[in-house]
Amino acid sequence: MTNRGPSSLAPAPPASAGGAGASARPRRRNYSLLGRADRLTLGMMAGIPTFFVVLFVIVPTIASVVLSFTDWNGIGGLESIQFIGLKNYSDLFTIYKPFWPAVSHNVIWLAFFLLIATPLGMLLAVLLDKNIRGTRFYQSAIYMPVVLSLAIVGFIWILVYAPEQGLLNNLLGRTEQGNQISWLGDPNINLWAVLVAASWRQVGYVMVLYLAGLKSVDPALREAASIDGAGEVQTFRRVVFPVMRPINIVILVITVIESLRAFDLVFIINKGLNGLELLSTLVTNNILGETSRIGFGSAIAVVLLVVSVGPIIFYLMRALREDNT
Amino acid sequence: MTGLVIPAGGGEASANARRSKALRRGALHAFLIAISLIWLLPIAWAVYTSLRPFEDTNRLGYVSIGGAYNLDNYFNAFEKGEILKYFLNTVIILVPAVILVLLLASMMAFAVSRYSWRFNLALLMLFTAANLLPPQVLITPLFRMFLILPLPEFLSTNGLFYDQYFGIMVIHVAFQLGFCTFVLSNYMKTLPKELNEAAVVDGAGVWKTFSTIILPLTRPALAALATLQVTWIYNDFFWALVLMFTGDKRPVTTALNQLKGQFFTDNNLISAGAIIVAIPTLIVFFALQKQFVSGLTLGSTKG
Repeated sequence: MTNRGPSSLAPAPPASAGGAGASARPRRRNYSLLGRADRLTLGMMAGIPTFFVVLFVIVPTIASVVLSFTDWNGIGGLESIQFIGLKNYSDLFTIYKPFWPAVSHNVIWLAFFLLIATPLGMLLAVLLDKNIRGTRFYQSAIYMPVVLSLAIVGFIWILVYAPEQGLLNNLLGRTEQGNQISWLGDPNINLWAVLVAASWRQVGYVMVLYLAGLKSVDPALREAASIDGAGEVQTFRRVVFPVMRPINIVILVITVIESLRAFDLVFIINKGLNGLELLSTLVTNNILGETSRIGFGSAIAVVLLVVSVGPIIFYLMRALREDNT
Repeated sequence: MTGLVIPAGGGEASANARRSKALRRGALHAFLIAISLIWLLPIAWAVYTSLRPFEDTNRLGYVSIGGAYNLDNYFNAFEKGEILKYFLNTVIILVPAVILVLLLASMMAFAVSRYSWRFNLALLMLFTAANLLPPQVLITPLFRMFLILPLPEFLSTNGLFYDQYFGIMVIHVAFQLGFCTFVLSNYMKTLPKELNEAAVVDGAGVWKTFSTIILPLTRPALAALATLQVTWIYNDFFWALVLMFTGDKRPVTTALNQLKGQFFTDNNLISAGAIIVAIPTLIVFFALQKQFVSGLTLGSTKG
């Protein structure tokens, strides 16, 4: 943290001319002091990974934006692309029926994670941080779903929610025809059923991260607080929570990003139809479907991009700035 | 729920306070036990179902005791589902992907954390941002790119990235590079800078400094990241779903969805399949928990 000259603190623009790092930075190895072979090696070491990221992540992301203004349907070469302005977007917002349901489902997903799953994970971390008996067992039980893929989580919960053979309806005594609750089929409740399954994993994820953060809080702080007569809740609210600020931010960002990425679980259950539409499934079904509209699909992707960019930038500012001060 | 942790407040150590403390402790344990059991129930249910023959559960109902308990569903899943074939597909993609992503990320991390470049921070931001994007943001153009970009014959049976092990491997590498670089560069920053200077005095070049001095010291972070990457790439469902057309070449996590259609309504067989596919990650859970968690927290607390 301190081994970096102050001149590199500001987000530096890409070097326009050669001689990167020409100004003297006393504290660290200076790039321009290296010999030609070393500079070439270093260039390759940074260049090859950058090439991969740019070609396979950045370029397609930018292409999504560009293609969203076209009516390309993927048939015919790139020269057949025609720009049609904002038509894809106006179609998306007005004509395309699944769009607004998908947006609202994404919002509900985010709200559910923010208000229920994430706070529950944090609460469990706080409770388990104390050295109570059996804490390892509790932690393991709650953390186990985190290593499972969301696809497996989907399968496991399909077994719980199945109308006739499922655990839940059997426990509720609702297995006869006509009496069954269709947890995953009824568009009024299936999103909530899926959110419970998704939270089953998210809670453990948040708990693990938060526990690690709590372990790093200086015990002297808590002692001082308790000597001052603060109770446990007060100590947490006034002392521990503020100290945990960096972790809180990471968890906030993870919660938002995970909500926007939600896909596997819903796709396994019903491909994201009938009450389970999400922006991510709309994009994917557009590709996998028989009539793939590249321009239109890209417009949906851009909506997802616009929503994701906010939290990403917020995170980058925090993570990289704190790192440098 | 939060009521459980409300403390006694004042310092009077009366019997009353002690009793309420014991009560609270009891309530806390009751809450935690309830949560843990609820959390374990879905997995336990899948395991229980997978151990029973379809005929027995049909006759007795799923929530029942009795009938036979055996591993027949597992053998059936292996045989009918050809799960071994899909595991092999996973290995073909997973092993080179993890090796390559760790190698490239440590090179990148070395370059940005041990030397001053003007655009260090910009690059690091680009990498991290790339890792945080939802994959669906870029999948539409990426899909077209995979249909256009050529590959030599020894890497691809159809000359393209699409529908190829190599293509899936590459997208994993590209997408995970950001996270790994971020973690590794934070880790490398904590190594004393004098190491580089000593290497220069010894006449070691950049590559030698990297491979013989810095890289060995990064081993703990690499081990944690390898555990995390193996789990994540193994668990990927999306990339192979869209970019691998041939069902027989899909990795096991994605292939499981096909098996669902194939096994139809035989929930016993489906649960056995799900457990089989979960086993490698459960091994990570039991054997490498420490590595996994430290990988996650390296990423969030930055060394």
